[in-house]
Amino acid sequence: MLLPQTRGPLSEAVVAGLAGHRSFDVATLSRAVQELPAGTDLLTDDDFHLALWMLYELHYHDFEGVDPDLEWDPDVLHVRRLLEGPFEAELRRRCEPHVAETLAAEGELPERLFALTESFEGPSVAKFVHRKATLEQFLELMVQRSIYHLKESDPHSWVIPRITGKPKAALVELQYDEYGGGRPDRLHATMFGDSLEGCGLDRRYGAYVDRVPGYTLASNNAMSLLGLHRRLRGAAMGHLGAFEATSSLPCRKFAGGVRRLGLPEVVATYFDEHVEADAVHEQLAFRDICGELVRTGQAEERDVVLGVTVCLLMDAVAGDRMLAAWEAGRSTLRAGSAGSPQTLPAPSSGPRGVHRAVAS
Amino acid sequence: MRLVGRVPEPVAFCGDDIEVTPCPEGPMLVRGADAVRDGAGELHPTTRPVVAVCACDRSQRMPWCDGTHKVLRRRQ
Repeated sequence: MLLPQTRGPLSEAVVAGLAGHRSFDVATLSRAVQELPAGTDLLTDDDFHLALWMLYELHYHDFEGVDPDLEWDPDVLHVRRLLEGPFEAELRRRCEPHVAETLAAEGELPERLFALTESFEGPSVAKFVHRKATLEQFLELMVQRSIYHLKESDPHSWVIPRITGKPKAALVELQYDEYGGGRPDRLHATMFGDSLEGCGLDRRYGAYVDRVPGYTLASNNAMSLLGLHRRLRGAAMGHLGAFEATSSLPCRKFAGGVRRLGLPEVVATYFDEHVEADAVHEQLAFRDICGELVRTGQAEERDVVLGVTVCLLMDAVAGDRMLAAWEAGRSTLRAGSAGSPQTLPAPSSGPRGVHRAVAS
Repeated sequence: MRLVGRVPEPVAFCGDDIEVTPCPEGPMLVRGADAVRDGAGELHPTTRPVVAVCACDRSQRMPWCDGTHKVLRRRQ
């Protein structure tokens, strides 16, 4: 994919370093992180999260013209840590009340994790999509989701070599299903690509990075943060569990919305698959992975609960902003840059007579 | 065939080496099934390594769990 358009001093410095225009200026970046303007929201800031997203992305895919060896460059890793530190601290600070409450609650851990996901306050984007969203708004949702879902499940796979026994077997069992059970056309990331195509959208990895706001990059960064640090393996698996446990019922609503909007069946198929698959995965993740990791001393209960809360928090932060934009009649996407289309394209076969251009 | 815990009738599983694990207040996890036969005798094939079979009888994708038991729990 192409390096994204910059959004401020941090992403400018990272792009310059990755493109090889100049070496990573660790001292300047360090100062910029320390002197972030007062009021910078570390869960949504555009510049901060674009910079961190690029650094994480080196572990997943190529950027055109960027030396792949930079993945393990000490200066690059140094800068990544400068950004990860405050992000992790902010996540812990915002999650702590929920974590403390769940740790103090009675009952078996899986039951408490299910209870936390069911009681966490957050807006329902799925309900909105089911009943109200226009075609344009649904396409925006697909663009927002493309950042993660074209690499669906990958951030949680980092944990496989870091755990053992029953939780490892359960994680691989879950991921085998995510990765299509041996059938490439059933890879969930591929199925998501098919559904993007069914919407008339670009299925190439990273195609919409310039369009998505900081909160979407931040929720992706949270997954990479938890997945890439072995010490956070319990939190990564808690995140996985919460992701799965907040998927079945919403995906049923998304599928309903897709059919209401008259989009091609391939789009609904992706969501149907997740209704069924994630009803299995949530049980595996909370019982056989999270519960067993803690029971066998491979992870701390506090870390697992933190990961669950991180997922729920980031989802709520994004959902709040998306619904607020839509209710105010605004797009949730950033304006297209000079080189990218200003509107999202029309679905190849969708409802007729509907205005499909998405304002930027 | 090895059974772990109670299996509500009249669901039947087809496969050589089947393991059934009931989840508290949730579905039955079934490993090793090629298909599930529902109460009406209809066969529902699957290729998943593990499936969640509805135990609350309210799923809209029977015989598979679709998470509806969580909605029922909230209403109680």
